Amino acid sequence: MDYSQVLLMRSELSLLAVIIILFVYDLVAGERGRRYMHPLACVLMLAHVLVNIVPQADTLELFGGMYRSVPMISLVKTILSVGTLVAVMQSGEWLRREDTRYKQGEFYTLTLFTLLGMFFMVSAGHFLMFVIGLELASIPMACLVAFDKYKHHSAEAGAKYILSAMFSSGLMMYGLSFVYGTTGTLYFDDVAAQLTGTPLQIMALVFFFAGLGFKISLVPFHLWTADVYEGAPTNVTAYLSVISKAAAAFTLLVVLVKVFGPMMAAWDTMLFWVIIASITVANLFAIRQTNIKRFFAFSSISQAGYLMLGAMGGTPGGMTSMVFYALVYMIANLAVFGVISAIEQRTDGKVSISDYDGLYRTNPRLTLVMTLALFSLGGIPPFAGFFSKFFIFMAAFGAGFKVLVFVALVNTIISLYYYLLIVKAMYINPNEHPVEAFKSDGWTRVSLLACTLGIVAVGIISGIYDGINAFAF
Amino acid sequence: MNFLSLFVLVPLLMMLGLWVARNVNQVRGVMVAGASALLVLAVTLAVLYLRERAGGATAEMLFTASHVWYAPLNIHYAVGVDGISVVMLLLSAIIVFTGVFASWKMQMLTKEFFMWFCLLSVGVFGFFISVDLFTMFMFYEVALIPMYLLIGVWGSGRKEYSAMKLTLMLMGGSAFILMGILGIYYGAGATTMSLTELARIHIPVEWQRIFFPLTFIGFGVLGALFPFHTWSPDGHASAPTAVSMLHAGVLMKLGGYGCFRIAIYLMPEAAKEQAWIFLILTGIGVVYGAFSACVQKDLKYINAYSSVSHCSLVLFAILMMTQTSSTGAVLQMLSHGLMTALFFAIIGMIYGRTHTRDIREMSGLMQVMPFLSVCYVIAGLANLGLPGFSGFIAEMTIFVGSFEVNDVFHRTLTIIATTSIVITAVYILRLVGKVLYGTVGNPAHLQLTDATWDERLPLIVLIVAIAGLGLMPWGFSHIISDSVLPVISQLAR
Repeated sequence: MDYSQVLLMRSELSLLAVIIILFVYDLVAGERGRRYMHPLACVLMLAHVLVNIVPQADTLELFGGMYRSVPMISLVKTILSVGTLVAVMQSGEWLRREDTRYKQGEFYTLTLFTLLGMFFMVSAGHFLMFVIGLELASIPMACLVAFDKYKHHSAEAGAKYILSAMFSSGLMMYGLSFVYGTTGTLYFDDVAAQLTGTPLQIMALVFFFAGLGFKISLVPFHLWTADVYEGAPTNVTAYLSVISKAAAAFTLLVVLVKVFGPMMAAWDTMLFWVIIASITVANLFAIRQTNIKRFFAFSSISQAGYLMLGAMGGTPGGMTSMVFYALVYMIANLAVFGVISAIEQRTDGKVSISDYDGLYRTNPRLTLVMTLALFSLGGIPPFAGFFSKFFIFMAAFGAGFKVLVFVALVNTIISLYYYLLIVKAMYINPNEHPVEAFKSDGWTRVSLLACTLGIVAVGIISGIYDGINAFAF
Repeated sequence: MNFLSLFVLVPLLMMLGLWVARNVNQVRGVMVAGASALLVLAVTLAVLYLRERAGGATAEMLFTASHVWYAPLNIHYAVGVDGISVVMLLLSAIIVFTGVFASWKMQMLTKEFFMWFCLLSVGVFGFFISVDLFTMFMFYEVALIPMYLLIGVWGSGRKEYSAMKLTLMLMGGSAFILMGILGIYYGAGATTMSLTELARIHIPVEWQRIFFPLTFIGFGVLGALFPFHTWSPDGHASAPTAVSMLHAGVLMKLGGYGCFRIAIYLMPEAAKEQAWIFLILTGIGVVYGAFSACVQKDLKYINAYSSVSHCSLVLFAILMMTQTSSTGAVLQMLSHGLMTALFFAIIGMIYGRTHTRDIREMSGLMQVMPFLSVCYVIAGLANLGLPGFSGFIAEMTIFVGSFEVNDVFHRTLTIIATTSIVITAVYILRLVGKVLYGTVGNPAHLQLTDATWDERLPLIVLIVAIAGLGLMPWGFSHIISDSVLPVISQLAR
C-alpha cells in the first residue's frame, strides 16, 4: 500500500479536512468570528460535495480489505453529503440564537463526524470496521440530540438515544461474535463464503438485524424514535431522520445481500414481517399525533418500511430503487423539516400541527414547499415520490413479493390520509391567529428552493435513476 | 415533438401564465386563451384524425410517438390516439372551456383555483393521449389529487369530509390499478409497458384471474362501480361548479376508459370469465342510482346519483362485450359528460342566485330566470333519453348492443337496466315540475335575475354539442365503432 492509494479515500479525506478546518476555526475565531461560522461551514460542505460529485469509477480495497469502495458506495456517500449540506444550511437560524451561538462549532464538528462514521460504515469490508463506523455515527449523534441541553425534552431525548443506541450495538456485536465463532472470520467475503445457515448463524443474523433495525427504526425496534425526534432540536431531527436512516438502510441491504446472501430464505421472511409491521403500525400511530415532529417521526418509520422493500429479493434493481427512494425521501423530508424549523424559530417553538392552521394565508410559499414535500412523501405524481414508490414496488413485485406490495399499497392510502391532514390544516382550517408572515434567512430559502426543484425534477428527469442503476451490483 | 403532447403542454403553460398573472383579469385572460387553444387543438385533432382514416390509415393508434423515459424499466413516454381517445379529448376540451366560464365569478383565491384546475386538466388530457401503462397511470393520479384541494378549499357544505372521502377512495382505487399494472407487466414477461405491444402478448390466464378484477375494480371506483360509488354523491355535491363539471363530465370517464382499454383489452380471458359478477354489480348500480336520485332533495345530489346510474351503464355496456354495446358505451361517456356538465353548470348558477339547492325551497323559477330554466329542461330531456339529444343515441346503442348477447342472463339484465330510463323520467320530470313550474314560492326569488353572458356562453356551447351529437351521431359512432374493434377481436381470440 502506498500513499497514492490512500488518496482514493477522497470523500473521507475531504470530509475530514472540512472537519479540521471548522474545528480549528472555532478555536481561533472569537465571539465576532463565529458570525462567519455558518457561511464557512456551508461553503466548505459545498466544496466537499463538489469534489466528490463524480463518483469514483473504480473499485478499490484498502487496509487489507477492511475498507472498500465501489462506484455505488461512492455515489451513496455523495448523496449523503448533499443531504448533510442541506441540513447544515437550514440550521443557521437555530444556531444563531443566543443560547446556541457559543457552541455552534461543536454542532458542525459533531454532525460531520457522524457523517464520517457513516462513510466508514457503508465502505466497510470487515465487521470491525463496520462497528467502528457505526459507533462513530452514533455517539456524537447522542450529543447532537441533547444539544439544547437546557431544554428538558432535549436532554431526555439524548439519554434515550444513547441508551437505545448502546443497547442495539451490544445486541449486534453479540450477534457478530456468533458469526466469528461459526466462521472464524469477520471479512465480509469470507463470511459469505462460509455461511451455511446453522441455527447459531440464524441467531447471529437476527441479532445483527435487530441492531441495525434500531438505527433505521423499523418496527419493533422503533420505540425510541418518536421521543427522540420530538426532543431533539429540529435540525438534528432532520439530519437524524434522513442521513442516518439512509446510510443504515443501505448498509443493511448490502450486508444482507452480500454477506448473508446464502441465508436469504431466513432473512426475507423476517424482513417481510418487519416491513409489514413497520408500515402499518407507524401509519396507524401517525394518524393520532398532534405534535408535528412526532408526526414525522412515525411517518419516517413507515417510510423506512418502504425503503426496505428494495432489499427484498436482493436484486440489483432493488438496490437501485432503494437508493433512488432514499434520495427522494431525503429531499422531501429535508424540505419538510426545513419548513418546520423555520416556523419553529420564528414563533419561538411552535411545533403543534394546529399551529399550522391557516398558514397558507400568511406564508403561501412556505406552504407550497410543504405541500409539495408532503405530496412527494405520499407518492403523488408528478413529484419525485411517485416515481420512487412506483419503482420500489416494481422491484419488490418483480422479486415475487406480490402480497407484500399489496399491503404496502394499501398503506399508502393511510399515509396519504395523514399527509393530507397537514395539507388540510394549512389550506382549509380556519385560524384567528395564524403564524405571521415572515422571511427566513437566505440559506434556508436557498435550501428550500433546492429541495423544491429536487421534488419536481428528480422524478421527471430519468437520468438520475439511470445513473444509479448503472452502478447497482 | 409530437403535436399530441401539446394537450399536456398547453395546460402547463397556462399554469405558468397564472403564476405570473397579477390580477383577476389577467387570470381570466390566461384561462380563456388556454381553454380556447385546447378546444381548437381538439377540433383540429378530430379533423386530422378523420382525414387520416379516410386516407386509408389502418393502424390501431395514429399520430404515435414514443420516447424512452426509464430504459431499465421499459417505461416510455408514448402517445397516440384512436377514435375513442379523440372523442374523449374533444369532450375534455369542451368541458374545460365551459368550466372556465362557469367559474367566471370565482371570488376567493382565483389564481390558485385555476392553477389546480389546470393541473387537473394536465392529468385528464395526458391520460387520454398516453399509450404507455406507466405514463397513463401517472397522469391518472395527477388528475386525482387536485380534487382534494379544489373541493376542500373552494367547495361548499361538508367539503372537508367529502374531499377526504373522494380522495381516499379514488386513491384506494389507484392502488388496485397499480397492482394490476404490475401484474400485467410481469405477467407479460416484463419486456414492455406499451399498450399495443402488451395486447399482442398473451398474459397467462392464472395471472389474469388475479389481476383483472384488481384492475377493473380500480378503474371501476372512478367509474362509479357499485358498491364503490359512494364518494361520488358527496364529492360532486360539495365541489365548486367547474370542478363538478370536470369531475363528473370527464374524470369519471377515465374509469370507463381504463376498464375498457386496460382491463378488458389486455386480459380478455379473465374478463370473459368474470364479466357476470361485474355485470350484476353494474346492473344494480344502474337501477339503484336512478332510484336514489328519486328521493334526494338537493339538486346536486340528484344529479350525482343520476351520474352514478349513467356511468354504471357505461361499465355495463363495456361488459356486454359486443361491438355495438361498446360503441354505445363510448357514446354514453361522451353524452353523459356533456349532459352532466350542463346540469352542474346550471345548478351552480341557480345556487349562486337562490343560495339553496334544496328543491323544497324553490318553485316557479321559470318565471324569474327563463333562460336557465329552459336550459335545465333541455338538460333533463337529454338525460332521460329523448330522441334528438345525445342521451337517446347512446342508450339506444347500448341496449340494442346488449340485447344482441343471446342468453337469458344477459337479456334479463338488459331488461332490468332499461327500466332506468323510466326511473330517470320520474325524477327529472318531478324536479322540473316542482322547481321550475308553478308559482314562485319564495317572494325573495322574484328579485333574482337571469343568466349573464358569461353564463349563457357555456350553456349554449354544451347544448349545441348535445343536440349536435343527438342529431348527427354517425360521424362519432363511426370512428368509435372502428376503434372498439381491436378490443372486440381481442375478446374473440
